[in-house]
Amino acid sequence: MSSPTIKLEHVTKRFGKVTAVNDVSFEVEKGELFALLGPNGAGKSTTIKMLTTLLKPTEGKLTLASHDVMKAQDKARKSFGIVFQDPSVDTEMTAYENMELHAALYSIKGNETKNRIRTLLEMVELWDRRDTLVKNYSGGMKRRLEIARGLLHHPHVLFLDEPTLGLDTQTRNLLWQYVRDMSREEGMTVFFTTHYLEEAEMVADRIGIIDHGKLIALGTSKELTKLTGTKTLEQAYLELTGKTVRDEAADPHEAWAARHRSRMMR
Amino acid sequence: MRILYILWLRQVKRFFRAKSRIVGAVGQPLLFLVALGYGIGSVYARAGQGSYLDFLVPGIMAQTVLFSAMFYGAMIMFDKQFGFLKETLVAPVSRFKIMFGGAVGGATTATLQGLLVFVISLCLGFRPEHWALVPVAIVILGLLAVAIASFSSGIGSFVQDMQGFQAINQFLVFPLYFLSGALYPLQHVPNWLRIVAECNPMSYAVDAMRDVLIGQTHFGLAKDLIVLGVTVVTLVIFGSYRFRHIEV
Repeated sequence: MSSPTIKLEHVTKRFGKVTAVNDVSFEVEKGELFALLGPNGAGKSTTIKMLTTLLKPTEGKLTLASHDVMKAQDKARKSFGIVFQDPSVDTEMTAYENMELHAALYSIKGNETKNRIRTLLEMVELWDRRDTLVKNYSGGMKRRLEIARGLLHHPHVLFLDEPTLGLDTQTRNLLWQYVRDMSREEGMTVFFTTHYLEEAEMVADRIGIIDHGKLIALGTSKELTKLTGTKTLEQAYLELTGKTVRDEAADPHEAWAARHRSRMMR
Repeated sequence: MRILYILWLRQVKRFFRAKSRIVGAVGQPLLFLVALGYGIGSVYARAGQGSYLDFLVPGIMAQTVLFSAMFYGAMIMFDKQFGFLKETLVAPVSRFKIMFGGAVGGATTATLQGLLVFVISLCLGFRPEHWALVPVAIVILGLLAVAIASFSSGIGSFVQDMQGFQAINQFLVFPLYFLSGALYPLQHVPNWLRIVAECNPMSYAVDAMRDVLIGQTHFGLAKDLIVLGVTVVTLVIFGSYRFRHIEV
């Protein structure tokens, strides 16, 4: 048996007195499509930020593709690609320039770069628009570009933090198609968060549900409905997390980002 | 090297794509040169000090570099606000390279703007004392630009929003400029003002420029270059230290 691609061992993150993630442990296998679900402020984004080296855990150990995220930071960074919740492309540059910059940051060899960029931009159907400044792209086009960029350096893991937020149905379907194809072709593990439960039900092999920083359930969609005695994942989810509305952002930086989100137009 | 190059290239490309920045880069120094050069010039000449325009040009070149290199910090703010910063922060690249590559890019565009002021000055009748020393002046401008760009990236790293950055920017840039001897000779100013100017690293950059371009110096070129060198090293360390602790 090979070692899991993603491993969290007793991971805790505190911001002052607030505990955003509380003693969370789980594993994701190679090639698996894993969904982390939870209400706003439950600790999803904080978990992704810790896995992607943007935040240091207060306690616990995180492992990505056999690299300790804290100790072998650069190796861990090379092993994943990410599509953030908010856009993170340089809108004053063209799509091709964004891809080139990414290739340089990840030290992909020059002759290999061109082919890979072309393949990926063709896959997300942006090759014809590669020389357009990204600020002239629609929200869906930016998302597709970010997916292509996240895949550029052949990551072992692709993180997607609410990747389909605000996208139309066609783009959402396309996006999951790319991700599934790449996962199958390259044995890539996919770790995503979403608020669309039918998406998790359709795409994910296994689902983790996090609430108040605690992992409260883990299993396939079927296992979760069986556990709660419900018919759909949505019912199971509501059964597990309750029906009250949450305030966003346990993470103070997330609160800051939320304030500015109105300016970051997709 | 490739990483530093691509981050440098990004700043340079973005500068040439922003036409309004280029217009602003020429407009403001031109106003200073014309309004001050001709406005104060006649009084200055009557006081037996020679051509004020000649005296002013090195100072305005340094000012242009100061103002535009501070803009690199604003770029970091934009990158923070529009999300691009996260792309660089999760990349397997040291934060020093990210900060420094961009800072050198910002410094390059700032130095180019300083040179543009030089060309405008030539049109207004300015002539350097020795043409052969113009490359030295460019190196001095470049060093000043790297120092200021690193400084501003340090500020951009811990300030949370654009308004805050602008406030700090104004609070720092204007004293650095007005208390530097860029606009007046330090020989005859009151003692307190001279002491303040002597504590201001910007004074030494201006003085070095003036020595190289018109052969007038207050501190002496050797002292100028030592202070400038120490300033560059200190501010690069400051900038990379702050940038390492940036959070998104």
